[in-house]
Amino acid sequence: MAETQQGETRRDFLYIATAAVGAVGAGSAIWPLIDQMNPAADVLALSSIEFDLSTVEPGMAVTVKWRGKPVFVRYRTPEEITSAEAVPLDELPDPQTDASRVQEAKYLILVGVCTHLGCVPLGQKASDPRGDYGGWFCPCHGSHYDTSGRIRKGPAPLNLFVPAYEFVSDTTVRIG
Amino acid sequence: MAAKFDNAIVRWIDHRLPIFSFMHHELHEYPTPKNLSYWWNFGSLAGIALVIMIVTGITLAMHYTPHVDYAFDSVERIMRDVNYGWLIRYLHTNGGSFFFIVVYIHIFRGMYYGSYKAPRELLWMLGVVILLLMMATAFMGYVLPWGQMSFWGATVITNLFSAIPVVGQSIVTWLWGGFSVDNATLNRFYSLHYLLPFVIVGVVILHMVALHRFGSNNPLGVDVKSAKDQIPFHPYYTIKDAFGLGVFLIFFSAFVFFAPNYLGHPDNYIQANPLVTPAHIVPEWYFLPFYAVLRAVPDKLGGVLLMFGSIAVLFILPWLDRSPVRSGQFRPIFKIFFWIIVLDSVLLTYLGGKPAEGGYVIAARFATAYYFMHFLIILPALSIFETPKPLPKSISEPVIGGGGGFAGATAAPKENVR
Ligand code: HEM
Ligand code: FES
Repeated sequence: MAETQQGETRRDFLYIATAAVGAVGAGSAIWPLIDQMNPAADVLALSSIEFDLSTVEPGMAVTVKWRGKPVFVRYRTPEEITSAEAVPLDELPDPQTDASRVQEAKYLILVGVCTHLGCVPLGQKASDPRGDYGGWFCPCHGSHYDTSGRIRKGPAPLNLFVPAYEFVSDTTVRIG
Repeated sequence: MAAKFDNAIVRWIDHRLPIFSFMHHELHEYPTPKNLSYWWNFGSLAGIALVIMIVTGITLAMHYTPHVDYAFDSVERIMRDVNYGWLIRYLHTNGGSFFFIVVYIHIFRGMYYGSYKAPRELLWMLGVVILLLMMATAFMGYVLPWGQMSFWGATVITNLFSAIPVVGQSIVTWLWGGFSVDNATLNRFYSLHYLLPFVIVGVVILHMVALHRFGSNNPLGVDVKSAKDQIPFHPYYTIKDAFGLGVFLIFFSAFVFFAPNYLGHPDNYIQANPLVTPAHIVPEWYFLPFYAVLRAVPDKLGGVLLMFGSIAVLFILPWLDRSPVRSGQFRPIFKIFFWIIVLDSVLLTYLGGKPAEGGYVIAARFATAYYFMHFLIILPALSIFETPKPLPKSISEPVIGGGGGFAGATAAPKENVR
């Protein structure tokens, strides 16, 4: 009796061990098939772009393409800066000070992709609607962004993303 | 059992591979309730629509180029230069729409006549799986011509997955194969758009196996009690389905030849531009009710969950409606609510096509709330409180009066012996 018991336990162990090795094997065989869908090396090779700010006039906004996405560069007017700075943080769905979102207050640089479902918000052209807070308005599902690119109203959960950038000279900025 | 075939070659093959017996059994003598109305046409129409999609799709694929720089032009070339390319493409584009019309009618038919109830729960759930696969296929197909709506529809829908906490963004990047919808995305969508219709064929076969186990439901919703309630599928329903197909083809041709772009969106004839979103992005009409639900919720994750939830409730419908009576004909209160949910779905379709602002959003919130109320509160409550009208004893009874002679032969639903 004891022996059969023992024999059965050893056999159970072998079953489990075989199944476990099989599962690991199958898993490692499947992984390449899943991972092939992630960004390939050429896509990953991060490109950075340089942009000449001297072409931008006060109140004007320019869109540049970076990693297949639009980047908004806005030369803000003093009124737009003051209104962005004046907002109390507890009024914001995603609280961030204006100062933490800019390196130089007059140049606001943002990834122009709505944090809701990825549309490009309107507000770059003078003729565009800019929403209730004077920044951008996303027509897809009605998100309103302020003059700091922060979400104020609508379904988007987060502020417009600030990309990594640095000033290589007074008038040139490198994004990425 | 084995049917007698006149042709010796057929007999020789059938003895070794009983394919002819099988077809004879399932498509010819297959016993079918004798009272099916034209609402029962839409199943076979859906099957024919699937065949139309596969045939036109494979021929389109002979000319289409899945690359961001060439896709749009290759579709224009199909339209202008390829022999009958315009016809094949319009058949495929409008075929998608008609496939959905047919399937939606088919689903509402099932909802009215209680076709999801025991013993047909799995048959119903397989149907919902087919609907989900169709949605995935149509969504990816719409990306292929690489117009503005293709691009922005793909962007918005793939971004739905970013609502998943923690891993959401990685999933979206994985779906895209990059940092935005781009060439990698177009290529994989083409690969899957080619594959999924054949997966649908597989699930349709399972759907048919489940159907032929107990046979069709019928307008009275009562079980078949004896052979007197049934007629062979051929020639009675083959001819009825063929007539329905003729009517379907008249409507279909009217769109293909006289209004081929009526159901589409003109912005999709503008090549995709990743820097400019069109002022109103709207999905194809068959996605509008779900899109309305998505936008009704002012919260990203909430909207996405509710949208998937609107299909999930269909999955569990057999367990939400516990009334033992199948057919809406004998459920006076259910009948009213059935038509309200039909109107509610039409309203959601309308609202999904309107801009997400002001009164439209508010209306969409009410319509969404009602949709879920219907399935989660009204149907379970009706199963308890409603008093159904008396059921006929058998399918034959209401026709020839006092079908008592046949009834009572078997009480349990009749299995189709195979
Ligand atoms: C369940 C069946 C199918 C559905 C619902 C479906 C749906 C669609 C839709 C909505 C489009 C966009 C049409 C447009 O606006 O231009 C499309 C395009 C396309 N489909 Fe399908 N499709 C199906 C099966 C197939 C199959 C089996 C193939 C075979 C490869 C295929 C190949 C294509 C191609 C090459 C295009 C791009 C050309 C074009 O846009 O007209 N489809 N499909
Ligand atoms: S994508 Fe901008 S509001 Fe939905």
